[in-house]
Amino acid sequence: MNPEQILFILFGAVALIGAIAVISFRHPIYSALSLIVTFFAQAGLFVLLGAHFVAAAQVIVYAGAIMVLFLFVIMLLNLGTLSVKGMMSGKLKGLAIILGILFAAEGIYIAVNALNDTAVASAEPTTAAVTTTTYDIGELLFSKYLLPFEVTSLILLAALIGVIVLVKREGQEEN
Amino acid sequence: MALEYYLVLSALLFTTGVIGVLIRRNAIIIFMCIELMLNAANLAFVAISRSLGEATGQVFVFFVMTVAAAEVAIGLAIIVSVFKHQQTINVDEVNSLKG
Amino acid sequence: MSKELIVVLLVAPLVGFLINGLFGKWLKGSEKLSGWIGTLVVLVSLVCSIIVFASLHGGAAPFDETLYEWITGEGFAFNIGFHVDALTAVMLLVITGVGFLIHVYSIGYMHGDEGYTRYFAYLNLFVFAMLILVLGNNYLMMFVGWEGVGLCSYLLIGFWYDKQSATDAGKKAFIVNRIGDFGFLLGMFTLFAAFGTLDFGTMFDAAEADNFQKVFGASTLVIATLLLFVGAIGKSAQIPLYVWLPDAMEGPTPVSALIHAATMVTAGVYMIARSAVLYEIAHTGQVVAWIGVLTAFFAATIALTQNDIKRILAYSTVSQLGYMFVGVGVGAYASGVFHLVTHAFFKGLMFLTAGSVMHAMANELDMRKMGGLKSKMPITHLTFLVGALAIAGFPFLSGFWSKDEILHSAWGSNPLIYGIGLVTAFLTAFYMFRLIFVTFYGESRVEPEVASHLHESPPVMWVPLAILAIPSALIGLLLGWGGHESWFHEFTKNVFPEAHHDASGNVLVFMAISSVVGLAGIAFAWRRYSKRAPSDEPTGTFHGLLANKYYVDEVYNALIVQPVKNGSHFLLWKLVDNGVIDGIVNGVAALIRFIGGLLRRLQTGLVQAYIISMVLGIVLFLAYYLFFT
Repeated sequence: MNPEQILFILFGAVALIGAIAVISFRHPIYSALSLIVTFFAQAGLFVLLGAHFVAAAQVIVYAGAIMVLFLFVIMLLNLGTLSVKGMMSGKLKGLAIILGILFAAEGIYIAVNALNDTAVASAEPTTAAVTTTTYDIGELLFSKYLLPFEVTSLILLAALIGVIVLVKREGQEEN
Repeated sequence: MALEYYLVLSALLFTTGVIGVLIRRNAIIIFMCIELMLNAANLAFVAISRSLGEATGQVFVFFVMTVAAAEVAIGLAIIVSVFKHQQTINVDEVNSLKG
Repeated sequence: MSKELIVVLLVAPLVGFLINGLFGKWLKGSEKLSGWIGTLVVLVSLVCSIIVFASLHGGAAPFDETLYEWITGEGFAFNIGFHVDALTAVMLLVITGVGFLIHVYSIGYMHGDEGYTRYFAYLNLFVFAMLILVLGNNYLMMFVGWEGVGLCSYLLIGFWYDKQSATDAGKKAFIVNRIGDFGFLLGMFTLFAAFGTLDFGTMFDAAEADNFQKVFGASTLVIATLLLFVGAIGKSAQIPLYVWLPDAMEGPTPVSALIHAATMVTAGVYMIARSAVLYEIAHTGQVVAWIGVLTAFFAATIALTQNDIKRILAYSTVSQLGYMFVGVGVGAYASGVFHLVTHAFFKGLMFLTAGSVMHAMANELDMRKMGGLKSKMPITHLTFLVGALAIAGFPFLSGFWSKDEILHSAWGSNPLIYGIGLVTAFLTAFYMFRLIFVTFYGESRVEPEVASHLHESPPVMWVPLAILAIPSALIGLLLGWGGHESWFHEFTKNVFPEAHHDASGNVLVFMAISSVVGLAGIAFAWRRYSKRAPSDEPTGTFHGLLANKYYVDEVYNALIVQPVKNGSHFLLWKLVDNGVIDGIVNGVAALIRFIGGLLRRLQTGLVQAYIISMVLGIVLFLAYYLFFT
């Protein structure tokens, strides 16, 4: 066992446990905190994969911005413990779990086998030492993926306007 | 570490998200589960990117993050709106689409 | 003779129809204008027809040209083309000539009518359709005209549509004609199947060629010609489809004169004359001749006992059409068409005269309420007398020539047909002069209030009568002098196949017999009706049978109309429509509702339920993709 494997198992286990905790806790606050744990663990996995910039963005954008937004909404709505319901009724839950297991089985099957014939599988395995620098990403973003990059700005703009419209209408009704 | 391990982990995280969407009644938690799924996809992107030795996969992670941010902003705004109307965010009680 | 001339000839009445039909609303203020427009366009056609006739008479070659490809497809083509030969020219002159005079007459007759412009629009449309019928160089064009005149006939019979009997008569004419038209259609299909074309020229050439006989045999032509004859039976009111024509007298009288005496009803005769080549090869002329002579006799007997002037004339028309079919049936095509021409003039004349009487008598048609009209309406009386003498076969008047030719040819073909025809000639003379004596002679039985304003018709009405009277009297002499060497036969000899009947017997003998028979009929009528009032008619069983027209209408009603009605009511309406069709419609609705009720349960409004089905779909598709492809 080299250090990379140990770290992978560690981060992987934390991410998985965090994810299960997210869907298990009754109260959304605990769920949100568990999600943050998962995100941090994933950032560790990104570092292991040599994607340092993505790891940083993961921490800043997800764990920082998005999760703060979640927590903010949870507190804004101020849901009491009594009004928060847990799981769905038994039949639906059972069906969901069976489907989930089948889904996971298929996912694992793909992960292990289905890539055999593809370019990904035939590529030369690289060592952990290879890292992708911010420079590489920036170069791709502003050359090959310039148009999608600009389009994402439009998406953000649309989201911004959408949120304003949604909230503003509410405000007017109250007045 | 071989690519497969990362992909299996990604699949497990994604499935957890799916199950969460299916079994939880709280709309906010359902949203968190969607974030989980998006993150699982990101993990697969980065892992394959590393395996191929190029940065394209990571570029897509940024796009996913952008979409996720926009989606969360809109989604939470909707949840706030729904709560103001119906005094609940439990999806089994918000069923005006029922036939 | 140029293409442009034919087009002008044809299109002029259409222009009149469009002006009167589309802008009649604005013309209504000045009804004279709309009447004269309708008349002038027919005058244009008449002038063109005369030019066409003159150039053909001067020796010009028959015109046959395709102007426009109408329908083309894999292996077939239907064109709009015209064929103008001697037969067409004669028909053109009859249609536009008689048509023009009747238009002039109508200006006076229809004066003050609510639907004045509508009337002239229909009348122009009729002339247009009739011209298409005779000008077309293929059966499809003929059929278009055939249907067109049928439509106009329907519209004009039911012209006074607020009168129940008129609309009923219109419907009857239309439905009965449909039966015939169906036969015509089937005939066309048969011909097309055999020849691959409907063009007269190509088809007749192919039919005469020997190889056609070898390939198809004559039986195809027998079927085709008989089916076409069914069409003629409907259109030309022969047994058993004649029942619509007497009822068609519900229309305005000039319409009866133009459509139901002079032109449209003769379309069947024209069609058979046009298809003479086919009938010669198929040897189906005998059927035509027998139907014709039976109709002639049958209708004449009915006419003996009727009291309605126009109905007598209607049955007389049916009877005379029978003669024409005898003519074309026994192979004397020129004689048949010749009778068509003379009949158009004298029957048109008599109908217009009857209209004049009606005009004076406040639309009274029952001749038992007339009598002694001679002194009040001298011109009308005189013109009617000319017409009646002509139809009765009075020596040297028109009917004498044409009818005699037909009878002579019939003798050469089958003496029995000749015999029946001769008896019919006697009956014709008898019932016509019964009509004259009862209407114009004897004591006046006119009701006082009508009698007070009994008057001769205005000039616009009696002038056409006088003009028509001249050809009615003389046309036979002019065109028919010399029997089979007459002018008419010379003019049309290239159109028809060689006459195969032998002109046995002395022509003069036949003429003498016909004259004697005609005069005898007149004499009997004079003895019977000139002195006595018509009220003391005999009342035997046979007379009752005749007076009720052999109960044919009643028989048709019992055998066809009622079963169809009952079938429609109980089977089609109650069972099929209410039961099956409504059942299907309601059943579909109920089924949809049931399925909707089931599907409704899927719409739980629960988001997770929807997502589960989505995930299920993903799982299944993935499984299929991973394990089965």
